[in-house]
Amino acid sequence: MLSSWINRWSRNWTTPGLLRDKGVVGMNRRNIGYISKYNDRRLYPLVDDKLQTKLLCQEHGLASPELIGTVTSQFEVRGVVDMVRESTGFVIKPAKGSGGKGILVIEHHDGEEYVKPSGVRINRADMERHVSNILSGLYSLGGSPDVALIEGLISFDQAFAEFTYEGVPDIRVIVFKGYPVMAMMRLSTSASDGKANLHQGAVGVGLDIGTGWAVRGVQYDRPQFAHPDTGHDIFSLKVPQWETLLVLASGCYEMTGLGYLGTDMVLDRRHGPMLLELNARPGLAIQMANGEGLRKRLELIERQPDGVPVAERVAFARKHFARSKEDVANVGMAPIAD
Amino acid sequence: MSRFAFYLLVSLLMLIGVGLTAYRHISFDVPWVPGAQQKVWDIEAQVTFTATGGPVKASLALPENQKGYSVLTENTASSGFGLSYLDDLPGRRAEWSIREAAGSQLLYYTVTMLESDNSTPAAIKRLPAPQEVSWERPYDTAAAQVIDQARAKSADSFTFARELIKQFDGQRQGENGRLLLTQFDRPDLMLRLLNEAGVSARLVSGLSLEDGRRRQNVSFWLQVFAETPENGQTVDLDSADAEDINTDWVLINPETGKQGEPDNLLLWEGRGAPMLEVEGGVNSRVSFSMIRHNEPAAVAVRNKLANDELLNFSIHSLPLEEQALFKTILLIPIGALVVVLLRVLVGLKTSGTFMPVLIALAFIQTSLITGLIGFLLIVATGLVIRSYLSRLNLLLVARVSVVIIMVIAIISIFSVLAYRFGLNAGLTITFFPMIILSWTVERMSILWEEEGPKEVLKQGGGSLLTAVLAYLAMNNPWVRHLTFNFLGLQLVLMAFILLLGNYTGYRLLELRRFKPLTED
Repeated sequence: MLSSWINRWSRNWTTPGLLRDKGVVGMNRRNIGYISKYNDRRLYPLVDDKLQTKLLCQEHGLASPELIGTVTSQFEVRGVVDMVRESTGFVIKPAKGSGGKGILVIEHHDGEEYVKPSGVRINRADMERHVSNILSGLYSLGGSPDVALIEGLISFDQAFAEFTYEGVPDIRVIVFKGYPVMAMMRLSTSASDGKANLHQGAVGVGLDIGTGWAVRGVQYDRPQFAHPDTGHDIFSLKVPQWETLLVLASGCYEMTGLGYLGTDMVLDRRHGPMLLELNARPGLAIQMANGEGLRKRLELIERQPDGVPVAERVAFARKHFARSKEDVANVGMAPIAD
Repeated sequence: MSRFAFYLLVSLLMLIGVGLTAYRHISFDVPWVPGAQQKVWDIEAQVTFTATGGPVKASLALPENQKGYSVLTENTASSGFGLSYLDDLPGRRAEWSIREAAGSQLLYYTVTMLESDNSTPAAIKRLPAPQEVSWERPYDTAAAQVIDQARAKSADSFTFARELIKQFDGQRQGENGRLLLTQFDRPDLMLRLLNEAGVSARLVSGLSLEDGRRRQNVSFWLQVFAETPENGQTVDLDSADAEDINTDWVLINPETGKQGEPDNLLLWEGRGAPMLEVEGGVNSRVSFSMIRHNEPAAVAVRNKLANDELLNFSIHSLPLEEQALFKTILLIPIGALVVVLLRVLVGLKTSGTFMPVLIALAFIQTSLITGLIGFLLIVATGLVIRSYLSRLNLLLVARVSVVIIMVIAIISIFSVLAYRFGLNAGLTITFFPMIILSWTVERMSILWEEEGPKEVLKQGGGSLLTAVLAYLAMNNPWVRHLTFNFLGLQLVLMAFILLLGNYTGYRLLELRRFKPLTED
């Protein structure tokens, strides 16, 4: 009885040696070896403030959702209605919000009533109160006064419709010294309440850097082969316009100067990959989604010289980090290489 | 900074730390382990008063050898005052005097007491005769009735005293008792009643010895004698030539009527004389700070003398009140070390990085079980009420301020409830740092809204586990002994934490998290 319990318990644990062989990067190594070594703290505000990120994107010509306007003081709140009059759908979000808090999505409106994706209608006063709450810091870290951003609504690529429950699937690429080293897609589920946060139960799908094909799926850190709500086979997932997306992600290195960066992107039906936001402290769950440690890839990149142009970096990464065809065949799918 | 400079700094810290520690062990004979040695108490009496401008005379009662304690050394500090020790009567006293003084004055008296079982108590020279007591109407009849009732239920002086005090007990308190208490202080009243009834007794002042306490006051005790002097015997207070007498006496707590003295009670003034008398000053008061050492008595004496050396730059040369404070402060790095270990090596999530250390400090005051129950009660109640606040859409600072007031209210209510139900341990709930608790409630509440109750349990559990471990480390007598006596160890701790801050290996919990990665 006791021995079986110990047995079951020990089956959930591994040894440092095995993890090291797999090249898994732990929290301590990420913090000391990568974040504090390659990310200058002075540059953090560029990514922690979504407004600054957005302005940088416009300056560097990186694709990101259209900025309709910003609201910086309470007396401008009444102007929001005029700002959005011409746009069909739009999103209001706090510049310094975190974890998706305080984001209001409006699909369409007639100037009086505003309709959310869930079908709920709100009126002008509700919307103005939301903006006012953002300004007073209700959603920002530490409650400091904030700025509200109004962005055009992205029309999501229908390719992913069967892979998501309510929410928006986004693609996270870790960019190290400008090279895309690992990628995953986050699919919201009913367990995650439509949010794309992995620890809340979203499915993480590792993506092959070479092709954009799915390589593995995990939910709650454990393997998952189909979307838990739609039942759709995860290995049939392939991200289109993969090259464009990698180029967009890699360009963020020059834009921010941050060496170890998490880039979050979405695919727009008409405009292709668009940068949603950046993260200077990206998590380690991407290793779980890919079934592979980051360390060997990061060490290979550390040996590469500085000053390589974006296109060459992407080509280098696609060549070196691609899964072999046998590997992909192993998991039951035989994708056609593109 | 290069790796080399870093390791040089770490080894330098380590070397200095170990060196200082070894030096203190070798040259001051401070032992590595507590307990084997005799217990020595350093007690500091601090007399404060406001002088009115003229000549001032301040006289303070001094402790004597007594059952369980004997005096090792004593010191005074008082700038500009003349000092003499009066040994004659009644009891020992220190008398400070000055021709002219104005404004607030501060006098120190420090005594080192050895805790020992075979000390010889100073002899009682004379039995205090019951004093004539005069009562005003209607207190005389009330007193007479109380005395009659107690006499009816008692057999001798001791039982009489106990029964008498019971008459004033919360529940049995009669009309007479209530009336008398409106006019007199309780200890004073008991003495008057005993004297009225012809029982030999006096009020003595005792100090509860507890390690690291500051600003303590003395408590009053009734010393009741078995015998009563013959009628008509004159009352001349302990004269030096009086014969020693052998008599039975007991100490009775005037509040509860319990007989016998607690183990840690030091009778500071045992002659029925006032603790402090000040002529030429107002607002006089005396308060006590104390610290316990574990060292050979000889070492204690030597260290005391070493205090006068100019070059003795150690915490142990500070006034006792500050030393007592440092006893706790020096434990905080231990708590910090526990937090670093649990976060860097184990990967435990806590709410607020060093919050658990402050909670652990509170546990030291409240004792573990009471502390845990109190903490859970406050945070749980706080969360329930806080969930209503989130509907009000308040700004952060205002919200946390409301939570602070709420936490104070919860603590007050629980204290009152605990007292009502006779749980005195519940009163220690006030030792919790309220601002920290408020932030804990706030953080947990936000966590609940954003991540759900599971994450709250995880982080709350992590914080409590860290707090308990920090408490166990900080409350360990061995750790307390080492941190207070060997300041060099703080440098060793620092070197160790610096090294931990450099650890890039896996955390214990990551071995579980990343387990699936090693499966295929």
